[in-house]
Amino acid sequence: MKVNVYVTLKPGVLDPQGKAIHHALEGLGFTGVADVRAGRFIELDVADGTSDADLDAMCAKLLANTVIENYRIEHA
Amino acid sequence: MKTAVIVFPGSNCDRDMAVALETVTGRAPAMVWHRETELPDGTDFIALPGGFSYGDYLRSGAMAARSPILRAVADAAARGVPLLGICNGFQVLTEAGLLPGALMRNAGLNFVCRTVPLKVENSQSLFTAGYNAGEEIHIPVAHHDGNYFADADTLDRIEGEGRVAFRYLDSVNGSARDIAGVLNDAGNVLGMMPHPERAIDRAHGGTDGLRLFEAALGVLA
Repeated sequence: MKVNVYVTLKPGVLDPQGKAIHHALEGLGFTGVADVRAGRFIELDVADGTSDADLDAMCAKLLANTVIENYRIEHA
Repeated sequence: MKTAVIVFPGSNCDRDMAVALETVTGRAPAMVWHRETELPDGTDFIALPGGFSYGDYLRSGAMAARSPILRAVADAAARGVPLLGICNGFQVLTEAGLLPGALMRNAGLNFVCRTVPLKVENSQSLFTAGYNAGEEIHIPVAHHDGNYFADADTLDRIEGEGRVAFRYLDSVNGSARDIAGVLNDAGNVLGMMPHPERAIDRAHGGTDGLRLFEAALGVLA
């Protein structure tokens, strides 16, 4: 079973990498980009029937640092 | 005084730390590999060294914080054993939940490698008793992910409880409130980005780090 996990910085947490990407886009001539936030995408291949609670625990205990990051689990 | 240095794949300041501990205690520390599940009997000081444990995979310190030895380290810290995390060690301590907050990419995105002035904010802790409150000291930094972050409530709380041990005196990495080092609520765990172990010998260009080890290891003259 394929599961996609999206890890993103919480709103309000400064994202220097997103800012640098934003500046680079502007340098390439792409105007009209208001903001860029960079995150992480993780693909999991887990046993069929893995519970949502287990997936949630994987995210909370390791895949995301919940001090600064949110996560979203999506069954692919 | 039996000291231990935890060694992860990718640690690179473990030897510097060992030299600092041996210089001050006269006895070489136990070098404890990350796969161990127990600390040597009678360990009464633990250091998590700088470096790039597990290649900084996922997040700096994230993998090391879940390594087998960290349970024993956390148990020892809970019993009151002094635990010092320098640089990557600080990142490991926040990832392990032993200290509040998180260490993010430097605000300027650059790796910062230079000696910086610090203000000693708390001179009452077991690590900082060799300094005077408000004293300026000079300690090297060398990091890419030293930008300390915590929410405003957490920052207010740790400041109110005197748990900010050191603060940067100039702009280094974008850290919230210029925080360079943080204590846990019991005062026996200190994490800091600057490297006191790189400032213990005049040949290092300064010895301001020495008093931290002397105080923490109970040999302050």
